[in-house]
Amino acid sequence: MHIFCFGISHQTANVEVRERFAVPDSALADSLTRLSQVPSVQESLLLSTCNRTEFYIVTQDQNLALEPLFRGFYGKMEVNDFEHLFRLPAVPSVRHLFRVASGLESMVLGETEIFGQVKRAYEAAARSGTTGRILNRLFQKAFHVGKHIRSATAITRGSVSVGSVAVDLAQQIFGKLEGRKIMILGAGETSERTAWSFQSQGARQLFVSNRSFERATKLAEAIGGRAVRFDQWEEEFRDLDILVSSTAAPHAIVTRAKLEPVLRMRRDRPLFIIDLAVPRDVDPAVHEMDSVYVYDLDSLQAIAARTLETRKKEAEVCHDLIEKHVQDFEVWLNRTAERAIAPVPIECPRM
Amino acid sequence: MNWSDRLWVELALTSYLTGFGYSVYSLATEKFLTPRVTFWAICAGFLFTTVYLFDRGHAIGRCPITNRFEVMVFMTWSMVLIYLVIGSAYRLSLMGAFTAPVASALLFFAFTLSPGESVVRRIKVNPWLEAHTSFSMVACGAFALACIAGVMFLVQERQLKTRQPSSIFYRLPPITALSIVNSRLLWLGFSLFTVGLATGFLIGGRINWVQAAWSFLVWCVYGGILTARVRHAMAAKWLAALSIVAFSLLLSTFWGIRFISDRPSL
Repeated sequence: MHIFCFGISHQTANVEVRERFAVPDSALADSLTRLSQVPSVQESLLLSTCNRTEFYIVTQDQNLALEPLFRGFYGKMEVNDFEHLFRLPAVPSVRHLFRVASGLESMVLGETEIFGQVKRAYEAAARSGTTGRILNRLFQKAFHVGKHIRSATAITRGSVSVGSVAVDLAQQIFGKLEGRKIMILGAGETSERTAWSFQSQGARQLFVSNRSFERATKLAEAIGGRAVRFDQWEEEFRDLDILVSSTAAPHAIVTRAKLEPVLRMRRDRPLFIIDLAVPRDVDPAVHEMDSVYVYDLDSLQAIAARTLETRKKEAEVCHDLIEKHVQDFEVWLNRTAERAIAPVPIECPRM
Repeated sequence: MNWSDRLWVELALTSYLTGFGYSVYSLATEKFLTPRVTFWAICAGFLFTTVYLFDRGHAIGRCPITNRFEVMVFMTWSMVLIYLVIGSAYRLSLMGAFTAPVASALLFFAFTLSPGESVVRRIKVNPWLEAHTSFSMVACGAFALACIAGVMFLVQERQLKTRQPSSIFYRLPPITALSIVNSRLLWLGFSLFTVGLATGFLIGGRINWVQAAWSFLVWCVYGGILTARVRHAMAAKWLAALSIVAFSLLLSTFWGIRFISDRPSL
């Protein structure tokens, strides 16, 4: 009984190659059934995300040949495709899965989405009946390791993109974003990405204002918000919680003098301003006002860079923690293998 | 104070110190350990002080605030009681990490005090005196917790203003929640203190004017802070800072007033 992991990932192939190996969710059940029909395969699981397609196999065949299996599974394959495939034996497979579930093999180090993807892949395989004792145990252990790494280290802490950093800060100021009023000023690419980040975190009261009203309407419709004419955006300021500004204005459009009378009416309600414009849309002196927090592109990028640095340092701690879990699993695997090949006592007939 | 009384308070102090030590270790090493350990350590400390206060109250037949030691333990108990109610209601992660050291410091301070004259026999109890002292003490507990919420608010505010959020920033509650909690705790403390002050006039007998003046001054300070907040929309930052200043004043003047006063109650 041998565990193998083979497949393709963002570390071994670019997106053009990866997309040829990807297995869509709709084809997952059928793919698992076909995989389980390969004669030497005892247990199988297929993990397919945008960054990786990996096969976890338990087989009696110690020298399981990759090429025929892949040709049989995918049908037509290009000769160069095999250069991008990786193949890991038992213990490295276990280590690899634990690292994948912990987000250590992800393109964005420490991201947590992969944990859910691994979980869904396992559930699909369990439903299809292609997992058995070994893979069940291996994946349960992987979920335990993923949770342990997440809670015991800072690998998932903070954010590493400008949009996510802005959302994190907003949540540390306001808590839940559902009832918060957010205005996107300028419908450029960066502000659009930030608007999507807010929308994905539950923000529902989104307003978009842009010099081109048509463009504002288009973005507002996409994110489920409301478009506001550019000459009217200041009227909305009084009830605003978050302002994402990214206009092409050559000078500051939000100044201390403009804000002071508005803030008096707001009665100490916090205001979070994300200034993504270059040159900046917000006068730096606004940040000195009570209950107003202004973050420009540089400060957001600096936080993202610090988080990434922390995560890289934490990856070493994670490695040591994972190694202990790998050793535990190896002990269990060896014991299970010994039991499987233990001679059955034969009762000798009396002479 | 007999050895078993002392034991319960020592156990409570040990529990609070355990919670505090665990939080410090978690924050210093950035291991992000579960805050539940701190929470349960505080619960254990609360239980031990409850047992002590119950035993003591049973023995003397009245609310156990008859000497400096008991007053300190009762104040700690009140503060932790409010933390347990507020903390779980608002799910204020890490508030325990700030509450445990204050509780430890108050109990440690209690041990450094000479207990003074203590009532050991059942005496005729004046219900107004009981109400006055207990309301005032629980109000002090609320003010203490408002002070803690104020410290947490200022930590968050500083990190936001310097634009350099550290790991503690993401573990503290949102600044808006801290501002609301700070404000509500001040209101709670102020309301309880007002009831305590009012019942003080119903005790009867000779009025201790030194203590009455001090209580009125405390009432005015907190009343002034809340008026500034409501009438003039004082910034949350100033509310947090003033709740720290006011509680520090309350705590430091409390012992001076008791020293020059000859009455056992507040």
